[in-house]
Amino acid sequence: MSVPAKTYRPDWPGLARHGTLALSVLFALAPFIWMLSLSLKPPQEIFQPDFRLWPQSFHGFENYRTALTTVPLHRFLFNGVFVCATIFTLQMLICLPCAYALAKLRFRGRDTLFSAVLIGLLVPPQALAIPHFVLLHLFGLLDSYAALILPWTISTLGIFLMRQFFRGIPDELIDAARLDGMGEFEIIWRVMLPVAVPALAAFGIFSVVAHWNDLFWPLIAIRSEELSTPALGILLFRDDEAGQFLGPLMAGATLIVAPLVLAFLFAQQRFIDGISFTARS
Amino acid sequence: MTSRSASAAPHQHIGWLAAAPATVLLALLLIGPVLAVIVFSLTDWQIGASAARFIGLANYHELFADRVFWTAFVNTALYVAIVVPGTVGLGLVVALLIEARPSLRGFYRAAHFLPVMSTMAAMAIVWGSMLHPTIGAVNRLLAEFGIAGPNWLRDARFVLPALAMIGIWQGFGFAMVLFVAGLKAIPQSLYDAAAIDGADGIVDRLRLVTLPLLGPVTMFVLVLTATRAFEVFDTVRVLTQGGPNFASEVLLDRLYTESFDYLRTGYGAALTVVYLAVVVLLTLAQARILDRRVHYA
Amino acid sequence: MAGLSLSHIVKTHGPTPVLRGLSLDIRDGEFLTLVGPSGCGKSTLLRLIAGLDAPDSGSISIGGRVVDGLRPKERDVAMVFQSYALYPHLSAYDNIATPLRIRRLSVLQRAPLFGPLMPGRRAIEAEIRREVEQTAELLDIAPLMPRKPGQLSGGQRQRVALGRAMVRHPSVFLMDEPLSNLDAKLRVQMRAEITALHRRLRSTFVFVTHDQAEAMTMSDRVAVMMAGELIQLGTPQELYDNPQDLRVAEFIGSPKINVLPLNVLSRAATGASAAECDDVAALAFRPEAASLCAPEAGLATGTITAVENLGSDLFVHCEAPRPDGGAPIPFVVRQAPSSRRVVPGETVGIAADRTRLLRFDARGRRIAERQERAA
Repeated sequence: MSVPAKTYRPDWPGLARHGTLALSVLFALAPFIWMLSLSLKPPQEIFQPDFRLWPQSFHGFENYRTALTTVPLHRFLFNGVFVCATIFTLQMLICLPCAYALAKLRFRGRDTLFSAVLIGLLVPPQALAIPHFVLLHLFGLLDSYAALILPWTISTLGIFLMRQFFRGIPDELIDAARLDGMGEFEIIWRVMLPVAVPALAAFGIFSVVAHWNDLFWPLIAIRSEELSTPALGILLFRDDEAGQFLGPLMAGATLIVAPLVLAFLFAQQRFIDGISFTARS
Repeated sequence: MTSRSASAAPHQHIGWLAAAPATVLLALLLIGPVLAVIVFSLTDWQIGASAARFIGLANYHELFADRVFWTAFVNTALYVAIVVPGTVGLGLVVALLIEARPSLRGFYRAAHFLPVMSTMAAMAIVWGSMLHPTIGAVNRLLAEFGIAGPNWLRDARFVLPALAMIGIWQGFGFAMVLFVAGLKAIPQSLYDAAAIDGADGIVDRLRLVTLPLLGPVTMFVLVLTATRAFEVFDTVRVLTQGGPNFASEVLLDRLYTESFDYLRTGYGAALTVVYLAVVVLLTLAQARILDRRVHYA
Repeated sequence: MAGLSLSHIVKTHGPTPVLRGLSLDIRDGEFLTLVGPSGCGKSTLLRLIAGLDAPDSGSISIGGRVVDGLRPKERDVAMVFQSYALYPHLSAYDNIATPLRIRRLSVLQRAPLFGPLMPGRRAIEAEIRREVEQTAELLDIAPLMPRKPGQLSGGQRQRVALGRAMVRHPSVFLMDEPLSNLDAKLRVQMRAEITALHRRLRSTFVFVTHDQAEAMTMSDRVAVMMAGELIQLGTPQELYDNPQDLRVAEFIGSPKINVLPLNVLSRAATGASAAECDDVAALAFRPEAASLCAPEAGLATGTITAVENLGSDLFVHCEAPRPDGGAPIPFVVRQAPSSRRVVPGETVGIAADRTRLLRFDARGRRIAERQERAA
């Protein structure tokens, strides 16, 4: 006498869920779709009264070519990669040993240093723009790669995240390394670094995304077009004559946004894990 | 009378050495500048000028008497007041919906998170074209329903809400990811206990288990979202530059304009100090209030 | 107060079968323990009884009423979880009051802001207060009522969880390994308290554990489950003295029962009436039914590996070599401390009380005593 426990019925709650989420997905993706659509259209189509997603006459090549030739877009992207990579590398070199020292070593002034780090977490970076500007001006470093990179070499968030992570690592691992004869700096780079990869990845993602997308500081520190980072670059394009035309402008925007988006789509889980890790700390 | 073990002394040196570069940079790029800003704000210095006078609190007097400053302050506060509940609320609803069933979770998470990653300067330009009064997507859509949409970015009544909407658009995916992580951490046994106690409807489960246990995450999301909202700049600078007639002027844009367009360094520094104070106080206050309400033991 | 009837319960998780057509009748008011190793399906069965999951096929009745398809709150059961599952943001009082509030207050009366203003609410709350306080008194946790679970010790939390279950006076109490998270001393104390509670309330208790000692000391009857099937159901004494399956014999009792496969038995044993039946593959007997004797004079011969002196008893651990190679068979003999001193390395024989020899066939099933079989 067996009773089938489930009878077939349309899954109304499940469908409602998909329906509602479809709306929010549409909201999230609408600008991207719009941007792509316009980047493929000739000017007449953009202004015509009825709207179609796919262009009637494909104008994509012209738009993208205009975008790439009017301003050095490829240069902007390169700058983005170079600046972000350099910033992150320097941050790692400087913050990792400090975080290790804060987490595992005892020295006088450690707590004061950590308090300074915590205070740094509260300070929004834009508040330091004026003094950074003045400092770079004093050294004649404005309008250079150095100007884009130097103010960010210290990252209190990086120190904080790494320190929290290191605290979770058992002391025995370090004691074993010491017994094996390793000096402290060897320990930092040979033992702690490999172990810290997940935390580093999380912080790296955060750092790269933040600096790739930063408009405020490059706007202040840079005057020359060739040094522009992606965010500044698209603004320059928009203000240029050719940027008055929506087609090429949208093409330019697509090119600027594409690298991070593609990186995200390829490494989704990493991004999301990184955020969860940051939140837990 | 304790004797130092042989390993303690080397620690001192190594510790200092390891932390040295960071400490130097911290002093040079963080502590120093904070102090410098305070000092600058008490002078009438303009960058590039050779001399500056110490003028005490004159900059602050001028600041607090400036109508534009107060407009920017109120606008920023309004912006935050719209964006924070919008972002957190939408993020929470989407997270709950995504976690309610297993199907397509990965896709939904990725799709909603895309705006968070994208370069705001570029997407602001895209939104600018979407908000175009005649050919923009928003007004075309409204026209389908017979509504004549306004000129969003040029109409003083609508410009701030429009910018706020863009802010919500960018942020809710981030809130969603954090909420999803929080939801995953809730043990199934609590829902089981609730079902046995009689709470098996959606509203009951939310009130008894889900929302209370999301407390700490919600607090974190609120603080983070509020901080980011206060730092609004890109959309304003790209789309409206504070207009029309300062209807969309915000604190950071004001800071930029005064310090780097007009080069009034002293005055800009005073604005910076005020901005800094507001953000720090807001963060600390939020953390204090929410922390007490949210922790269980 | 109600009995339970489970009929041909089948449950699979994806490709893995968890319960394979299990049937069980639980008497009204009895304390029944479901015991078995991890993964045997006992917790799943409990969840099915509670209504938290539905079986793929089969039927469940509580108190004579078929409850298939009914939600947990309609089944009149209460459950205590291994992790206690107390609402961390509510005080102990609110935790215990929750099931009463949800059942007695209407949706409007429970609403956050204006609920307390609704008519009738005050009276119901007063009623609830009386009952919660009564339960708290019974469990000796009255002073803990204002505290939150995070401020309570493990044992205190357990009592609050019990209180939450008791306050509704359900027909059936379900307990999913509630003692596993407690330290040894507290566990023993709580065992006694739960059995006392059972005697006092006289409700049906269905208790799940993997600890055979708990099952033995607390239950009226024990159901031994393995790999999704019910192997044997009986009183603790029945299971101990009369296991119907080798797995039951080995699971119940500490130290483990001695099992000697046929090829280890000495010629004396195989020749004698002890192993007469052809189907016998192994003989089993408890350590307290065993004794040491001269080598070659008993059922088997082995070497002593260790001696455990517990003060009240002496356990002599030995090993008998297997003629076919392979790991030696362990066995344990219980002796009074006053017996002859033995040392590790000594060769000894093992003998057993004839009346307490259990015979098992090659499939692990018990073979009845010769006298009981038809002539």
